[in-house]
Amino acid sequence: MRILGVVAAMLLAVAPLAFAAPLQVDVNQGNIQPLPIAIPDFVSVTPAAADPAAAAAIQNIAKVVRADLDRSGLFRSLDPKSYIEQITNINVAPNFQNWRVINAQGLVTGQAAMQPDGRLRVDFRLWDVYGESQMLGLQFTTQPATWRRVAHMISDAIYQRITGEKGYFDTRIVFISESGTALHRQKRLAIMDEDGANPSFLTNGYLVLTPRFNPSAQMIAYMSYTTGKPRVYLFDLETGRQEKLGDFPNMTFSPRFSPDGNLVAMTLEMGGNSDIYVMDLRTRQTKRLTYDPAVDTAPSFSPDGKQIVFESDRGGSQQIYVMNADGSNPHRISFGEGHHGTPVWSPRGDLIAFTHVTSAQFRIGVMHPDGSGERILSNGWQDEGPTWAPNGRVLMFTRTIQGGRGSQIWSIDVTGRNQRRVSTPGDASDPAWSPLIQ
Amino acid sequence: MKNFAVGPLAVIAFSLFVAGCATKPPPAPPPAAPVAQPAPPPASTIVPGSAEDLKVNVGDTVHFEYNLYAVLDQDKSTLQRQAAWLAKYPNIKVTVEGHADERGTREYNIALGAKRANAVKEYLVSLGVSAARVDTVSYGKERPICSDSTEACWSQNRRGVTIIASGANS
Repeated sequence: MRILGVVAAMLLAVAPLAFAAPLQVDVNQGNIQPLPIAIPDFVSVTPAAADPAAAAAIQNIAKVVRADLDRSGLFRSLDPKSYIEQITNINVAPNFQNWRVINAQGLVTGQAAMQPDGRLRVDFRLWDVYGESQMLGLQFTTQPATWRRVAHMISDAIYQRITGEKGYFDTRIVFISESGTALHRQKRLAIMDEDGANPSFLTNGYLVLTPRFNPSAQMIAYMSYTTGKPRVYLFDLETGRQEKLGDFPNMTFSPRFSPDGNLVAMTLEMGGNSDIYVMDLRTRQTKRLTYDPAVDTAPSFSPDGKQIVFESDRGGSQQIYVMNADGSNPHRISFGEGHHGTPVWSPRGDLIAFTHVTSAQFRIGVMHPDGSGERILSNGWQDEGPTWAPNGRVLMFTRTIQGGRGSQIWSIDVTGRNQRRVSTPGDASDPAWSPLIQ
Repeated sequence: MKNFAVGPLAVIAFSLFVAGCATKPPPAPPPAAPVAQPAPPPASTIVPGSAEDLKVNVGDTVHFEYNLYAVLDQDKSTLQRQAAWLAKYPNIKVTVEGHADERGTREYNIALGAKRANAVKEYLVSLGVSAARVDTVSYGKERPICSDSTEACWSQNRRGVTIIASGANS
């Protein structure tokens, strides 16, 4: 991803930076009133006949941006059929009155052109319709084949300019693609863009589980039964190489990278007992962190790397514990009703997402790292295994349909609003959200 | 009961085989053996010391209570038969699979399945089976044999299954 050569440059503002009433959205309030925004199709400076593929890509950029912002729940893109003014030149200020009458508060204008060197140049501007001012102007240059990434970067820039939070559209999801009947399930490692586009399979079908990205989004740690002995593997996205992580006599599972990418915390089973270890990927040395005869598993680092949250039934039921990264001072933090498992520390550090378990029902919830403020967010029959968007505002998780009728990936805002199904090629589970791609 | 259904087919196949052989010159079949024999086909269709022998005549599966991994009293006779059978076939190595029902999170169920598989192994070892002959693996909730979300199904899925890893007769 680093090699895509996407260049962003500030455009010269054509309007003075003046703000009547600042256009902004409070992420913490969720989508009570999504912001109405108009995003006309981008002006194609390249004649369609000259390069039909590029012309098709240019035509779809605005569509992808509209879908991204709509999916966030914080924006409502207005139907292009309602637009009165047709944008033909993005370097002159629009007639704001034409956009006020259709109730647009924000307006995005853009244009794209093929360059003589074969690259695609995309310019866009974000306008405050009521403030009659430009809020943002950016220019991207990229290979035409990666036009979708440019669209997602534009969405991220708009999201960040209006909400004050980083976006999460230019990210990928690694997940488990499921096929076959409930009793003969095939599970393959798969990857796709955050919006479900560009899905591809990384392994052949048998049984793989719980993939996790490293911080550069180049490496995936996951559990595989391919050799018959379930073990943690690494998958290098650049080379396609798979490698068994370490040589342990027994099962290894539930891997997760440290925030600096140097360590993998995972569970090692010995004589039926599961404990948490960390392996240093540079030296391949392992260090044992838990010594309890109960189940200790599902480790996840705090964003500063100093602590690890995990689940254990050492107190008699499956609950969430926090310990220092060297294994010292383990202490229970979940005391609410029911069981709590699969804790995942938010990249912002402020919350821990988890699976709340009561009899057969699972829900996604969040609590503070000291265990306070427990809130249940989702409402499926079995929702489990949360993963955070890199901005810590949205979660994805697995939703299993009752009666062996398959699994889906869903997302929900940390506010508990905007619960929606994520588009996947067929049944899917165990999503892991990548960091923002560099 | 299954064996009775299988029996007649096997006999017919056998007599066809004999007929086929008889057309060839060299070895004459043993004199008239199949004709007069009336009785014991059922057990003979399963090869002693085979995977099917373990499954059908010994019993390969034990069950567990929700979220627990102790071997139940009602299953101890099955494991005692497994231990005796393993004593009879000393070349056989087995793997005990531990499984969980769907009412646990993925990682927890993998850990729970490992505890169940290990509990079966420890019981077999306590009966004199060498630990080196018994491997374990956990499938968590990934390999159910029943997909309804009911206790009847869940109780079937919470199981430990002994399968032959190597050394079986076939």
